[in-house]
Amino acid sequence: MADDDDALIRVRAVRKRFGSREVLKGIDLTVRRGEVAVLLGPSGSGKSTLLRCINHLETVDGGRIEVGGHLVGYSPKKGKLYEMTPRQVADQRRTIGMVFQRFNLFPHMTALDNITAAPLAVLRQPKRDARARAMQLLDRVGLADWAGHYPAQLSGGQQQRVAIARALAMDPEVMLFDEPTSALDPELVGEVLAVMRELARSGMTMVVVTHEMNFAAEVADQITFMDDGAVVERGTPDEVLTRPRNARTREFLQRVL
Amino acid sequence: MTDTQRQATTESDDVLAVPLRHPWRWASALVLGLLFAWLAVELWNNQNIDHATIGNYLFNSRILSGAVMTVFLTFAAMAVSTVLGVLVAGMKLSANPVLSFLAWFYVWVFRGSPLLVQIVFWGYLGLLFSEIVFGVPMTDIVFLRANTNALIPPLVAGLIALTLNQTAYSAEIIRAGLLSVDSGQREAAYSLGMSPLRTFSKIVLPQAMRVIIPPMGNETISMLKDTSLLSVIAVLELYTAATRIASQNLRQVELLLVITIWYVVMTTALSIPQHYLEKRFGRGTGAQDGILDRTLSRAWSALRRRSDARG
Repeated sequence: MADDDDALIRVRAVRKRFGSREVLKGIDLTVRRGEVAVLLGPSGSGKSTLLRCINHLETVDGGRIEVGGHLVGYSPKKGKLYEMTPRQVADQRRTIGMVFQRFNLFPHMTALDNITAAPLAVLRQPKRDARARAMQLLDRVGLADWAGHYPAQLSGGQQQRVAIARALAMDPEVMLFDEPTSALDPELVGEVLAVMRELARSGMTMVVVTHEMNFAAEVADQITFMDDGAVVERGTPDEVLTRPRNARTREFLQRVL
Repeated sequence: MTDTQRQATTESDDVLAVPLRHPWRWASALVLGLLFAWLAVELWNNQNIDHATIGNYLFNSRILSGAVMTVFLTFAAMAVSTVLGVLVAGMKLSANPVLSFLAWFYVWVFRGSPLLVQIVFWGYLGLLFSEIVFGVPMTDIVFLRANTNALIPPLVAGLIALTLNQTAYSAEIIRAGLLSVDSGQREAAYSLGMSPLRTFSKIVLPQAMRVIIPPMGNETISMLKDTSLLSVIAVLELYTAATRIASQNLRQVELLLVITIWYVVMTTALSIPQHYLEKRFGRGTGAQDGILDRTLSRAWSALRRRSDARG
């Protein structure tokens, strides 16, 4: 996990504060192409904030975040980083997909229209192509028969699968998952994790904030354990989950397992 | 076991369940219906009302052109004030404290003073500024110099008054609508690479419309009736037209009834597009059908049952 050249995501010394509280205290993270990185940690440890910084939904106070070799949200000038305009950031976000805890599907659009909205508006794809691709993605997440349904007519698990298809429709290089199963009823968690598992197998680069330990153990290439805005421990699932070196990691794992 | 419980267990289990009857619904409907009929008969038989006059003036050309003016004022003022309302709402939500304060101040002033006072103020602007000059302030450069009363006749003054007053109310309605959209919607659109402008027009505004349209329909209906206040600055809308006729033939009550009929017809006509707009923007919310849909579909299915029974 050195500073290797095939890193797709490179986070270096990222600092962020909300008011007087420092929520990220100089975070490093490197994710190579095709890797699945899982962020673990107690609530308030800063893992969701870090994830939101990667596609500039949150600004940072210092440090640098690169995706695919490009600085995200800032351009360098005379030793400082200047924040980009919203339009420039929008262009960068095309290659970074995100799935939210609360799905955030567009309630006034059908499942199909949710998926085609950005390809039509942002990529200017022809309507026929966008719809064909959307149907393909709905099939991939097992919802081909639900294309015409509105989000309110779908279960939480179905909504989250549509949300994953919606992000995939932009053909992102990276997918960010912010606690994608935390708002789901227990019996619906499995269907969403199955889609994510399939996505990981297909070679998608993923950064996942989750509390699903079995998923992390099975799918992750690397696990980063954060606490109080800092990285406490990182390594393979085996290293972090079964042989944790740090006392705080051990304490956290005891509580969640 | 009591008797009824024993009875319940001994009788057959496969019984029909009868829903609760509502006899009071029928009783109250009957009482109100009778009261309404009585009121109608009293009005009709009132010797002080000359019914022929109502008929004669209902389609009088001065009344009709007054009604056209009322409709024009309503739509012109609503259209311009909606655009300005979006602007003021945007200013009030802006992170710029100066813009936000100015928007707050605007709403405070125009919502805080009576519409009638504002109308009179704009109508008599000529007393305050005898001429209006367009140019670069604090220099001698002048593009246009005009007499206030010539530049702002009563019609324009009335339009300005109605528009500026309505802008304050519309801005608050639009702001509330925009705030009602969950911030997650904006984030989801941003995460898909949509620009702020596209996010606003495709994602935020359509959802805000669901909240904005019902009160805006109300505002349009209020506006239609508030145009009658322009009679104080002699704009020839429906109410002014009626009072002018009445001052000649002294049939005040009849002419008021004539314009009441017109106002009710026009407000009814306005509620139809509102209904369909609400339906359009309520997609995906699983919102209940309104009383119009319920009544129509109930009547429709009753008709079909009857014809099925016959056929």
